[in-house]
Amino acid sequence: MIELIDVNKWYGHFHALKSINLSIGKGERIVVCGPSGSGKSTLIRCINRLEVHQRGKIIVDGVELNDQMQNIMAVRREVGMCFQQFNLFSHLTILDNLILGPVWVREMPRRQAVNLAMSFLERVGIADQQNKYPGQLSGGQQQRVAIARSLCMSPKIMLFDEPTSSLDPEMVKEVLDVMEELAREGLTMICVTHEMGFARSIADRMVFMDGGEIVEESPPSEFFSNPKMDRTLSFLNQILH
Amino acid sequence: MTLSVFQPAPDLPPPPGQTGLWRFVREHFFKDATSSVLTVLGLLFIYSIAEPLFSWFFLDAVFVGDAKTCNQADGACWAFVGSQVKLFLFGPFPRDILWRPSLAGGLLAAVFAVTALRLVSVRYMVLLWCALVLVSYWLIGGGYGLQPVPSTKWGGLMLTLLLAVVGILFSVPIGIMLALGRRSKFGTISFLSTAIIEGTRGIPLITIIFMATILLPLFLSDGVQLGTVFRVQIGIILFSSAYIAEVVRGGLQSINRGQHEAANALGLSYWQTTGLVILPQALAKVLSPLIGRCIALLKDTTLVIVIGLLDFLGIAKAAAQNPEWLGFEAEALVFTAAVFWVMCFGLSRYGRSLEKTGAEKNH
Repeated sequence: MIELIDVNKWYGHFHALKSINLSIGKGERIVVCGPSGSGKSTLIRCINRLEVHQRGKIIVDGVELNDQMQNIMAVRREVGMCFQQFNLFSHLTILDNLILGPVWVREMPRRQAVNLAMSFLERVGIADQQNKYPGQLSGGQQQRVAIARSLCMSPKIMLFDEPTSSLDPEMVKEVLDVMEELAREGLTMICVTHEMGFARSIADRMVFMDGGEIVEESPPSEFFSNPKMDRTLSFLNQILH
Repeated sequence: MTLSVFQPAPDLPPPPGQTGLWRFVREHFFKDATSSVLTVLGLLFIYSIAEPLFSWFFLDAVFVGDAKTCNQADGACWAFVGSQVKLFLFGPFPRDILWRPSLAGGLLAAVFAVTALRLVSVRYMVLLWCALVLVSYWLIGGGYGLQPVPSTKWGGLMLTLLLAVVGILFSVPIGIMLALGRRSKFGTISFLSTAIIEGTRGIPLITIIFMATILLPLFLSDGVQLGTVFRVQIGIILFSSAYIAEVVRGGLQSINRGQHEAANALGLSYWQTTGLVILPQALAKVLSPLIGRCIALLKDTTLVIVIGLLDFLGIAKAAAQNPEWLGFEAEALVFTAAVFWVMCFGLSRYGRSLEKTGAEKNH
């Protein structure tokens, strides 16, 4: 489904991604973790070309990401993304946030898009907020709206970039519950997160990054109980008190 | 184990004397000795100015009569303004077909009302305003079955409104395009937009107006002839666009990068992202300075006086030269000022109401 072959990225002279090789199969759930500045956000943002890689190949669902705009658009149509800061469109109601993609990108009739949007709002448990504006919702509700917005595009792949990092502790669970449900349905997911309990329960594979490199890649059972690298162990010791 | 149930304490009313009109007056005007003294001094100052003005405006003023009755009175001569009202409104426009600009004015008022009351969606609003401009030009300028009136005969409030409304309608979209162009990732477009914006902003409007009338014809091919009003109009639009571009650019820069990213991640194209996500938010943020630019444009149209066009202000000065009514320039200017103030204040209030609708979205 997703192939990263020798992917390199620089910000100016800073080498942010160093020769990343990663292959993700259909329906696989990957959790990426690592210290801040390790390149994990950069990595998943390369997968829908919010960041441009300078060397190597990224192939998503058979389409190579290069300078061809039509390739980029084709990939973005199939890849949903949730951000740390939610990034809901603050001038649109919740419902309008959800139908924007289906109506303008998928060219779906408005009525059909509304029905679709309502079904997803119900799934994430906030159908009653459809006419409010994002600023009137709590962080947890906003993030659930953001997830629903991505799902309205019926993506084949979902990317989560630290979806719970800017939430109040009381709201983390409501978002993780929604994500767990998605994971169980077999959606291909790549998730950057520090929620290790969540990772343990849903991940097929853990990817640990540091300094722009993938340090270790293993199933959660091994990753948490028996890490191969000392760097992984010291990271785990830091975050699992 | 049973848990005791947490009951939040009920909200209590504030202590008495914290609200109400009297409380407000005391808080703001008579809080202590200093504020009381300031209030009394302020009232005296206002009275000393307002009292003679009030006499001049109303008590000693002449509302009906001729120049003779006016000369005998101490106050203002509003009879003069009343007698010249057609001149003020239409300038030297042929008197027998005044219904044409009157109708255009009525249409303008109607479209403005529809806009201010938000009776139709934005898309139809844009269409309405474009139609209004075309119909107004036709009604005022003639042609296509109507007797043509050369633009040298256009004047008064009609000319001012025409220049301002057409100026705003064109300079806002052009300004937006320039602002987007300046931020474009294509170097050439960005350079050109920046050059136009900075080039224009460095030249006084009065110079641009002169240049538009004198230089523009040199660039046009021989067959093309543009009326003076048209040429000035282009100058005003160019000037205003450059300023509006900078206002809009401020709004564009204030939009979080995450909004672009979320729109891109959804698969929206550049123009969809710009039109559906970025611009609506950017324009809402700069509504206040944007309305400010529109007000400035409305007032700046008075500069067309320098190339001999008799706009609202120009006609007021001309009217004061009328041999039958000599010596009433003050009244003419006060009347002009009052009408300008009403128009600008109306625009400003409209802007405020738009801002309030925007603010509701965030709380």
